Amino acid sequence: MKIYGVALLALCFLVGKVLGNFLGVLIDIDGDIGGVGFAMILLILSNSYMKKKGWMQPETSYGILFWSSMYIPIIVAMAATLNVKAAISGGWVAVLAGAIVTLGAFFLVPLIAQIGRDKTTKTPGP
Amino acid sequence: MIEILKDILTKNGLLFAFLLVGLIMLFAFWISKGLTNKRIPGVAIAIVIGLGLAFLGDKKGISDIPIFAGMALLGGAMLRDFAVVATAMGADMNEIKHAGLAGTVSLLVGVSFSFFLGAFIAFAMGYTDPKSIATIGAGACTYIVGPITGTALGVPSDIIAISVAAGVVKTIVATIGTPLIAKTIGLDNPHSAVVFGGLIGTTSGVTAGLAATDPKLVPYGALTATFYTGLGCLLCPSIFYFIILFIAR
Repeated sequence: MKIYGVALLALCFLVGKVLGNFLGVLIDIDGDIGGVGFAMILLILSNSYMKKKGWMQPETSYGILFWSSMYIPIIVAMAATLNVKAAISGGWVAVLAGAIVTLGAFFLVPLIAQIGRDKTTKTPGP
Repeated sequence: MIEILKDILTKNGLLFAFLLVGLIMLFAFWISKGLTNKRIPGVAIAIVIGLGLAFLGDKKGISDIPIFAGMALLGGAMLRDFAVVATAMGADMNEIKHAGLAGTVSLLVGVSFSFFLGAFIAFAMGYTDPKSIATIGAGACTYIVGPITGTALGVPSDIIAISVAAGVVKTIVATIGTPLIAKTIGLDNPHSAVVFGGLIGTTSGVTAGLAATDPKLVPYGALTATFYTGLGCLLCPSIFYFIILFIAR
């Protein structure tokens, strides 16, 4: 049943959030420290464990995949509810940060692509 | 008549938001296909439309208008984080083995490079609050890592808007820039496509950029890019934020 998948997702989400907030209290920082990241790791681990055990029925995974496919629409809805009028003064930061970081990352490609290059044959140089 | 309609739309706000976002997506993908020949991903256009609609309202964007209040429910932190966690379903840990050492290194370098360079730009342009700096740096990773970091650290909505915009700019630059620069950076084989995906990380930008360069490279770039947002959500609001805090002190 699809609800099993949704329930598993909710479990991972909540445990991740608890871990994140607990970590925040532990190191005395108000906030959720990496909760979403922990939740994602939990989901990856439980998914592969359940697959191995043969517990992950297609119907179960559809319950999770539905929410996975909803994330872009949800991000669009989120974008529409942000305080953009106050953010307009920071517009240049957004443009510069986004553009410079991407251009910089482009030029790291040939550097890091050298790692383990020997394994792939027929690799022309940059 | 208008009153009844208004009443129904307000009372069923979440469902109206589903309809509205569906229409935005339809329109955005139509523009992407019809006007830009898919050169700019529909996803990026949809988010830009979303940001544009937010101008209709004030502090809470379009959801300040009562009939659109449901958008705040659909786009709120709870459903957003829930859906983002669900995307981990597509990431199989065995897959990262295929990506190999170069793929793993590219992911780690990609997330930290984007975060710290983005954070530095925010600082250089006058932001001094470590939480805001970390949120903008996270936005330079992807438009999802930004808001997740911002919400986790509790920054105001306008900083989150900046982080989303930074992520969208990244997607657009990656999409348009990749085919132009591909030759210069040796992006013509699966190996460097795997590295490229891990360094850029924004899945829509990586796939659209590679598709415009050589469609055969798309799955290799997507392989590493899938892990990028998850890694960003894990590192940015935690270790990376501490490093920013440490430097600030």
